[in-house]
Amino acid sequence: MSLENLQRRKFDTLVIGAGGGGLRAALQLAEADAHVAVVSKVFPTRSHTVAAQGGMNAALANVLPDNWHWHMYDTIKGSDYLGDQDAIEYMCRAASHLVYELEHQGVPFSRMDSGKIYQRPFGGQSQNFGGEQAARTCAAADRTGHAILHTLYQQNIRAKTHFFDEYFAIDLIKDKSGFILGALVLEIETGEPLLIEAKTTLLATGGAGQLFRTNTNAHINTGDGLAMALRAGLPLQDMEFFQFHPTGIAGKGMLITEGARGEGGYLINKDGERFMERYAPHAKDLASRDVVSRAIATEVREGRGCGPQADHVMLKLDHLGRDVLYKRLPGICDMSKTFMHIDPAEESIPVFPTAHYTMGGIPTNRFGQVVVPVDQGEESIPGLYAVGECACVSVHGANRLGGNSLLDIVVFGRAAGNDIKKYLKENRHHRQIDEDSVELALAHLKRWNEPDNRDDDSSETVSGLRAELQKTMEDYCSVFRTEEILQQGLDKVLELEKRMKHVRIHDHSKVFNTARIEAMELENLVDLAVATVKSALERKESRGAHSRIDYSERDDVSWLKHSLYYKDGHRMDYKPVTLKPVSVESFPPKPRVY
Amino acid sequence: MRFKIYRYNPETDKKPYMQDFILDEVTDDMMLRDALLLLKEKDETLTFRHSCGEGVCGSDAININGTNGLACKSRLSELKEPVEVRPVPSMPVIRDLVVDMEQFYHHYRAVKPYLTVHDPVPEVEFKQTPEQRDKLDGLYECILCGCCTTSCPSFWWNPDKFRGPAALLQSYRFLADSRDQATAERLQELDGPYRMFRCHSIMNCVNVCPKGLNPTEAIHNIKKLMVKDLV
Repeated sequence: MSLENLQRRKFDTLVIGAGGGGLRAALQLAEADAHVAVVSKVFPTRSHTVAAQGGMNAALANVLPDNWHWHMYDTIKGSDYLGDQDAIEYMCRAASHLVYELEHQGVPFSRMDSGKIYQRPFGGQSQNFGGEQAARTCAAADRTGHAILHTLYQQNIRAKTHFFDEYFAIDLIKDKSGFILGALVLEIETGEPLLIEAKTTLLATGGAGQLFRTNTNAHINTGDGLAMALRAGLPLQDMEFFQFHPTGIAGKGMLITEGARGEGGYLINKDGERFMERYAPHAKDLASRDVVSRAIATEVREGRGCGPQADHVMLKLDHLGRDVLYKRLPGICDMSKTFMHIDPAEESIPVFPTAHYTMGGIPTNRFGQVVVPVDQGEESIPGLYAVGECACVSVHGANRLGGNSLLDIVVFGRAAGNDIKKYLKENRHHRQIDEDSVELALAHLKRWNEPDNRDDDSSETVSGLRAELQKTMEDYCSVFRTEEILQQGLDKVLELEKRMKHVRIHDHSKVFNTARIEAMELENLVDLAVATVKSALERKESRGAHSRIDYSERDDVSWLKHSLYYKDGHRMDYKPVTLKPVSVESFPPKPRVY
Repeated sequence: MRFKIYRYNPETDKKPYMQDFILDEVTDDMMLRDALLLLKEKDETLTFRHSCGEGVCGSDAININGTNGLACKSRLSELKEPVEVRPVPSMPVIRDLVVDMEQFYHHYRAVKPYLTVHDPVPEVEFKQTPEQRDKLDGLYECILCGCCTTSCPSFWWNPDKFRGPAALLQSYRFLADSRDQATAERLQELDGPYRMFRCHSIMNCVNVCPKGLNPTEAIHNIKKLMVKDLV
């Protein structure tokens, strides 16, 4: 594993992550005859895009009147005005075109009698800037993410993209002038490192839901790209905004799509009361996710929860009828039966807010370029791009609307692909690789060969520390937050950061060593936990998913700005929100009522 | 609860062996994946693939008491003890329960699993009636876990030539799509004694599919299209 006999490959573009964002970018590039490599720690169709259920927003107006400008308004309001309005305008304008494109590529969208794509109502959607409920979410039953991910992978097979399946990305390679030159990756099957040199590198590694004990996320969602960016000296933006999905299966975490409420389901407390009417008289169960999650948490805190522990509420679907349920929501029917022995056509499903989506991430502009503040403005990091859940454009601001994440990955995957094409035209040659940077990355990998010192009392295990980390995040950085609790949480995660040094693995074999992978994933999670709690502690207001009991109001005078967290010294910085759209009038912040 | 798990690490083991495990902390609602994760906490060398934990990513296909299935969807209380866990059959073992799936993916790629349209595309969506769309149900949901193909005796005998149930189901997913315009090419690709016609309707694939899909029916439908093509 030394520098001399390190295997090396060269590509125009290295895409890290094979979810929807990475695959859409790779497709754009492969079709432009760029030499593109996609590295993924799992076979591409196992990426977590596959688990998205409800759908993808676009103002096609197939079911009810709609237009992209209303979608833009809803997204900005949903973001609690923290979203950047230029990026949001770009996304909402592009949405319809990209849905049609996916349809042409083969996505099996559900259909209406007219033969058009079926669209369902989702949370936070309105017609005419806050009027009646809209129906904007294009759906393939409740398996839309699966349908889109498989289609994008299939299109990449057609376009002959190079795939490095089951390779784990360790660190970015960066030269002294700040250019990103690729990454050191590890072939999981052989345990051999590989240096992939690239003129451009795109991070599309997804979110970090595994920060929390109960989450809707896959085991792989450990925020690897976010932590790689931190280690490369880059900041992470708005990490305090973590979305808790209102309807995770209570105690287990599997997701029940918002589409269940879009199709007419609703939440009830132990008295059988449809309590959302009290919290959001107009939108009721289809208010924004942060609003519904707080309502559920409040019902439970005030003693109106269901079950022997009074620790959840119920999602009622049986009134929709078996035919509608099994036609429109077959996936969640199957899941409820498999994991709960509950048939939603007959019984309600126990649900509770569950860690779901990382709104924060690597700061980018709407071209997918990673940007950092300089003097009065910002500048891009040459050769580095990020899209999807690992990025923060920011189109989701303080709270993402359901149906906007599948849209985000496709829109900005394509946008990054287009910008990379331009970059490649202007930068035709590979830069000299920085061997010091490669050496650092190799050292990072070698650290996990340190001998197990389990006889020593200071020795820690990966699974032990991970469990503690997830429990800490759940207890100290959840739906409702206060100064005191966050401070305790920060002390605890900083302690875990220190203890990380004592973690050892005793499996040092090379072939398919998942213990080593999980150790490196835990390193990533620990860095992201500190970023999240630190950013949350510093933001002294309530906005979107960040609810402070001690600062219960939104404070646009002091806090209408993005947080930036740096690993070095756990330092915070801030930058303004872009309130100016590309072509239309700005939507100035106003009170947010549903 | 008692488990017998297939172990093989090519770096240290001359040949594979079955290892006994006992797990005390078993509850009613636990799945086999939960058990494997708890066992891995005690022995981190135990190696298996898994990810979403809800049966949509298709990572954790294994052989459980002789039958292929997903670890995350197999309820412990419904399994006979000791639970015998092995890698899916007929694939080269990389380590423990992890197999090399390349042959499986090769057949998948070979059926050109993507929508092929020769005409110019409309500026909006292709129109597709709900009835036309219904024809894709039971086909598009495949998660590529490999439970079906690796349980198929025809695939065991001819893994290099027979496409296997998963790839054939994919082929039919596009043949059945009203938008696809490559019917002739797709049927031609599957002609000959091996690629599809090695299927003898043994139906192991149907029995093990964790998504309740029916590759045998898809294969029959392809054969019907071939006959139609001839007359």
